[in-house]
Amino acid sequence: MLSTEAEPSTPAGLDAGPVALRHNRRHAHVVRAGFIPLIDVAVLVAAAEQGFADREGIRLELIRDVSWSNIRDRLAFRQFDVAHALGPMPIASQLGIGSNPYPSFTPFALGRGGNAITLSVTLYREMAALAGLSGTEDALTNARALKSLIDRRQASGRKPLVFGMTYPFSSHNYEFRFWMAAGGIDPDRDVLMTVVPPPFTADAMAAGAIDGFCVNAPWNLIAVERGVGRVVATKRDIWPSSPEKVLAVRPDWAEANGETLSRLLVALDAAARWCDAPENVGDLAEMLADPAHVGVPADLFRSLLRGRFVVDPDGTSREIPDYLVFHGDLANFPWLSQARWVYSQMIRWGQASFSQEGLARVEAAYRPDLYRAALGGSATPIPLGESKPEGSVAGHSVSTRKGETRLSPDPFIDGRTFDPEAIPEYLAGFDIKRSGALGPVSE
Amino acid sequence: MHVAVIEENSVRAAILVDGLREAGITSVEVISSTDGLLRRLTAVDPDVIIIGLENPRRDVLEQMFQVSKVVSRPVAMFVDHTDTDMIAAAIDAGVSAYVVDGLRKDRVKPIVETAISRFNAFDRLQRELDAARSELAGRKVIERAKGILMKTRQVSEEEAYELLRRAAMNDKRKVADIAQSVVTAASLLEK
Repeated sequence: MLSTEAEPSTPAGLDAGPVALRHNRRHAHVVRAGFIPLIDVAVLVAAAEQGFADREGIRLELIRDVSWSNIRDRLAFRQFDVAHALGPMPIASQLGIGSNPYPSFTPFALGRGGNAITLSVTLYREMAALAGLSGTEDALTNARALKSLIDRRQASGRKPLVFGMTYPFSSHNYEFRFWMAAGGIDPDRDVLMTVVPPPFTADAMAAGAIDGFCVNAPWNLIAVERGVGRVVATKRDIWPSSPEKVLAVRPDWAEANGETLSRLLVALDAAARWCDAPENVGDLAEMLADPAHVGVPADLFRSLLRGRFVVDPDGTSREIPDYLVFHGDLANFPWLSQARWVYSQMIRWGQASFSQEGLARVEAAYRPDLYRAALGGSATPIPLGESKPEGSVAGHSVSTRKGETRLSPDPFIDGRTFDPEAIPEYLAGFDIKRSGALGPVSE
Repeated sequence: MHVAVIEENSVRAAILVDGLREAGITSVEVISSTDGLLRRLTAVDPDVIIIGLENPRRDVLEQMFQVSKVVSRPVAMFVDHTDTDMIAAAIDAGVSAYVVDGLRKDRVKPIVETAISRFNAFDRLQRELDAARSELAGRKVIERAKGILMKTRQVSEEEAYELLRRAAMNDKRKVADIAQSVVTAASLLEK
């Protein structure tokens, strides 16, 4: 790794000219980024392939991996400088929970959306028959229908359903649980939760090993395409603002490479903007389809990126505008309020306990200060605050350096809102939670 | 001391089991089928679990440890954070280990060290095999390139090889790479 002394004296902005550009390329700072093959690696792929990283004097090396545990460990042990990680991972690392928790933090969220909950077609048909579903119901109605079916299965002594997600500290785990609990299902008592790596979800469902799963795109669509799965809810239905993937950074690397990190964020901001533009959908889909990246057909990515896709093997489709947001709605800003929401769910399900010390650690995991410092000069509106009430039916208004910005509505599926200053009160309002949720963890 | 090795590749599993036996660990269970992982682990009740980093089931394993009521005893990665050199060496070698909480460090260390050295040994073996394969492929392509040159330039076999060798020297590339270019070019020119 080059030291900061080797930085070219000319800033590599758009006005730097071809000489500076060549200079940069020759002395390019190599940044190694680990990733998992999922649609939301898009911003990193676009930064590497569309010249956004290059323009900032960075050679972004993307290294594909197979598990979130590896992402965490290879980041901790310096095989990666940064990584495509689950939003809750830096929080878990700062709280010291889970295996091998070496600290990491995030200065940049890689976008929103992409997650969905898929049930096996057999299970869906059974609950549709029981609850009289026509197939066009919303996610909450589906959750309640599943609850009725689970009650009936329990009464007749059938085995509990087995549901898969991708990692204990993941949006998938919390969203799946949030959705079930909103429908009256206790995810720890009424069903069995297990981990299934994303590429295996459709196979596991086809083999009857799992009855449902929550995973990011494109794996839900692959299960539908294979005729084994039925999408019953998406992230947008549960909570559109739920933090999805983030750029996880190792603290010692950030310390030694402050300038490079800053430039990387500038590159990612530009790449995220590019990914949101409708005219780039075709190119982005091709890039993601490359076997070195995600390696599934570009057609699937095109329909996901356009938010129009089939949810049932019988051909029923859904149109979800903004199913994936890479840049708009301040999607890259690491809101402390969203980190606090993740913390609330960790407490709710017995992974962590609530304390002021815990809150301080949670806030060390999300670094809006670094985002602001790096992108202060960009065209992207930068919020003046670091927290906001989460879950607004009307759409929250945020003050930025460029004036007021109205964000899209982001209601929670249960209709409640989250006040980041009132976590205990928020948790008290849930009927379904672990008993230790507000005191020391006992389970 | 019971050790479970979660490994799909039977050759690597054999090399590892062999190494552990030499280190005096006789109770080693290889879990190769991915189905029934939890059932097998519960039956074996291992003190140490070894799993390669390229195995996506690591996330599955860690979830099992989270839900401690499912696995009989909670398990932590390695022993603690004091031996970072060994952990780094393990990550470099592509191996990870999970150890039952409270197990003495001096009992775990030789197991992890054996796993690291055996994973590295398997890697070397794999590389040698790949190198041998690519050398064989290189020799084949050189033969084909020589044939093309002999036919198009009307030269002897020795002269054809000399042409390839000189071109490689000038371009600072391997003879096999130049030969590949010749073969590719010839196929493009074919009608």
